[in-house]
Amino acid sequence: MGWGRRLVTATPYLWLLLFFLAPFIIVIKISFAETLIAQPPFSDLAQYVDDVLTINLNLFNYIDLYEYDLYLTGYLSSLKIAAIATGICLLVGYPVAYAISRLPEHSRNLALMLVILPSWTSFLIRIYAWIGLLKENGLINNALVGIGIIDEPLVLLHTPFAVYLGIVYAYLPFMILPIYTNLVKHDHRLLEAAADLGASPVGAFFKITLPLSVGGIIAGSMLVFIPAVGEFVIPELLGGPDTLMIGKLLWNEFFNARNWPGASAVAVVMLVLLIVPITIFQRYQAREMEEAQRG
Amino acid sequence: MASASGQTGWLGRLALAAGFTFLYAPILVLMIYSFNESRLVTVWSGFSTKWYGELLNNEQMLGAAWTSLRIAAMSATTALLLGTLASVALVRFGRFRGKTLFTGMMTAPLVMPEVITGLSLLLLFVTLAQSVGWPAERGMTTIWIAHTTFGMAYVAVVVSARLREFDRSLEEAAMDLGANRLGVFFRVTLPIISPALFSGWLLAFTLSLDDLVIASFVAGPGSTTLPMVVFSSVRLGVSPEVNALATILVGLVATVSLLGWWVMRRRELQRQLDMRRAQAQ
Amino acid sequence: MPNDVAVEHSDSVTPRVKLAIRRVTKDYDGFKAVDDVSLEIRQGEIFALLGASGCGKSTLLRMLAGFETPTEGEIYLDGTLINRMPAHERPINMMFQSYALFPHMSVEQNIAFGLKYDRLAKPAIRDKVQEVLGLVRMTDYAKRKPHQLSGGQQQRVALARSLAKEPKLLLLDEPMGALDKKLRTQMQLEIVDIIEEVGVTCVMVTHDQEEAMTMASRVGIMDAGVIRQVGPPHEVYEQPNCRMTAEFIGSVNIFEGTLAVDEADHVEIASPALALPLRIGHGITGSLGMALAVAVRPEKIRVSREAPAQPHNAARGKVVDIAYLGSHSILHIALPGDKVVIASVANTDRSVAGDDAERFTWNDEVHISWSEHAGVVLTS
Repeated sequence: MGWGRRLVTATPYLWLLLFFLAPFIIVIKISFAETLIAQPPFSDLAQYVDDVLTINLNLFNYIDLYEYDLYLTGYLSSLKIAAIATGICLLVGYPVAYAISRLPEHSRNLALMLVILPSWTSFLIRIYAWIGLLKENGLINNALVGIGIIDEPLVLLHTPFAVYLGIVYAYLPFMILPIYTNLVKHDHRLLEAAADLGASPVGAFFKITLPLSVGGIIAGSMLVFIPAVGEFVIPELLGGPDTLMIGKLLWNEFFNARNWPGASAVAVVMLVLLIVPITIFQRYQAREMEEAQRG
Repeated sequence: MASASGQTGWLGRLALAAGFTFLYAPILVLMIYSFNESRLVTVWSGFSTKWYGELLNNEQMLGAAWTSLRIAAMSATTALLLGTLASVALVRFGRFRGKTLFTGMMTAPLVMPEVITGLSLLLLFVTLAQSVGWPAERGMTTIWIAHTTFGMAYVAVVVSARLREFDRSLEEAAMDLGANRLGVFFRVTLPIISPALFSGWLLAFTLSLDDLVIASFVAGPGSTTLPMVVFSSVRLGVSPEVNALATILVGLVATVSLLGWWVMRRRELQRQLDMRRAQAQ
Repeated sequence: MPNDVAVEHSDSVTPRVKLAIRRVTKDYDGFKAVDDVSLEIRQGEIFALLGASGCGKSTLLRMLAGFETPTEGEIYLDGTLINRMPAHERPINMMFQSYALFPHMSVEQNIAFGLKYDRLAKPAIRDKVQEVLGLVRMTDYAKRKPHQLSGGQQQRVALARSLAKEPKLLLLDEPMGALDKKLRTQMQLEIVDIIEEVGVTCVMVTHDQEEAMTMASRVGIMDAGVIRQVGPPHEVYEQPNCRMTAEFIGSVNIFEGTLAVDEADHVEIASPALALPLRIGHGITGSLGMALAVAVRPEKIRVSREAPAQPHNAARGKVVDIAYLGSHSILHIALPGDKVVIASVANTDRSVAGDDAERFTWNDEVHISWSEHAGVVLTS
């Protein structure tokens, strides 16, 4: 490699090593520290006193995670909520992506832009919009009472339902985009060939289109599932006190309890849980890249 | 062949209608109620623009918006620079040592839960401050670094997609005509991929403007961003001022995007027209 | 009464009509891709629709497959009207251009795909897959995925897939389009052998006249949505019925003129491009003075240094261009009136030096001539 290439590669590489990889190592390190009332509020792992190196590995943060039901339930319910929301996203997003891929070319781009547009506006505000709709005297309840379907307003806000709704709403574009990208590349002659060989349109969809779009489904699902597991804003604004999600627990541990080592341990365990989905996502990204490169 | 694409049955149209209603109805309701006179966001009591007036007098909100815009512009620019360099390295340089790690670090920020990124960056800054004395205090600089780091991953997605479909023979032609590598990059490659660079920058800009969680972790005194102010007011309940702010934001984004789409479409139509004319000659 | 089409009165001489296309038109918002086409395909024949891109041949084929519906007219298969029958119910299968093999399925699975819709039992499907794999000599590749096969192998799989369902009619869409030239010639003969072995009736679409001539027993020339001429390859080549056909198939010299002499055994045509009259050895019906054109193929023109004895079908000219093609050379000969005639000369001797008397070179003064049976009169 010439010096020019070295420079081009090394600049972003070093940036990422310093500001993306190194922080994780520090998180792991601090998760083994003790909480102190000090600035910063944690102890040093390694101490070098009188020519003796002592390393204090404090496992209590992890033992705490295990012993308090709160965290265990938090992890489980985060995974459950994220998985169900991802499933709903897929069920809603796939038909939309499919319909867009079947539009004439010029309207396709417009429709695609309309899908992306909301995610270019504020995430926070889009979640906030649902508060006004879901409140006890919100628009949905007013409308339902108004037309006489229900007599008493339903409790919609601060429920698990609201959290699912928020995640599906906020992450839907991330499900639609990769599936659309996959579907639009399909060769329509494959469907004609299937019809020619006796498959009905529905049969051809399940035997040709769906299996060929698995890559897009995986990418979309990971793009929704992984961030949803660690979601903070949605459970905070739409969820109730009983909607436990690990992102919210981490936030509280850090900002309210000021337990930095504890928060670090929460983060480390979350990362371990997410390593498998993240690896799947990266495999898929790498394969897409290779395919595009080959032409 | 006319039936190959452009086949949207009633089922497809239903899916599109339902999907877009779901995506847009809440935003539209939000915008409508920003013109509501009453403080109660759910009861319509008359048309008024008073909340826009209050928003413009809200010093805290305006100050935070200015901070956010500055951070977004700075981090989008550095993210564009670093992300483009990374794309060139990943797409053009073939295999090199450490490429797998590099690719991993470029794609992980796309899905990494924000609480993890925020916490880990904060701990890095604290550790650095302890050991090398920098950054002395957290503020705009630390937010800028954090936003650059995830922004560059998004820039790289957009730019490397464009680089991959780039016709290499154009660069070879330029080299054949005497341009050196740098000349080729600045005079041929860069102008051709410039639309991708622009959308990459815009993407990084909006992501930075939008971020609440990471900024909350790495911010310091005096560097409160707009989402942080909005969040603290939203936490207390619905506020018509936030509706007004949302309306302005959505209007801005929609105008810029639709304008961009319209310009692209005009250019494409013009190109098709030119080609048809040229063929008719 | 759709069922008694002129199909069933087959006697011992005329073979049975398999497919009948009756006045079919396909209209795309005022553009007639196929315009009032009628055609009969006989049992067991290989029929080629030949034409330039955009002539409507693909649209016609897609109407047979069921991907398009005719705006007007009827299509009968074995006497049954199939216009409105959806593609997946038609007993017609197609080998697609660049094959459309399902990328996520193995060779076996691709071939078994259609059989599953015939509600065959598993062992029957397995046997049938083995049988057609053997037919196309791909038995050893059953487990491979399409991307692990060469172009020729993919084509064999595509053919096997479309033959597996034992269709009443096989459609081939530009069958050689995705192959390189050398492989093409080999595959053309191989596919014809397989189709003939199976005995299936076949309609193919191609823009390559050589391919149509090699593979088909009959050819239909299509232009602007209309079929101009139908016949066996040699007939279409030797007796084109219009200028479009003559010019589309092979190269041809066209002389325009007027009918000057009309005898029982010959006619003579005066052409402004030639000093001597054009003589045709068979009668045509027409009135004296009517405008005509005569087509003469390059290989039917004799080129010599001495003047020929005949008082017609001859001219004097100068060689202005030579294209050496190995087996033969193409000479461009300019006549005094600036008309350029193309003549093909066989390179029978392996002459090396330029001293050969019969080797022509640039600016040679030569005589051209042809027999009275060489030219064809074109009236349109």
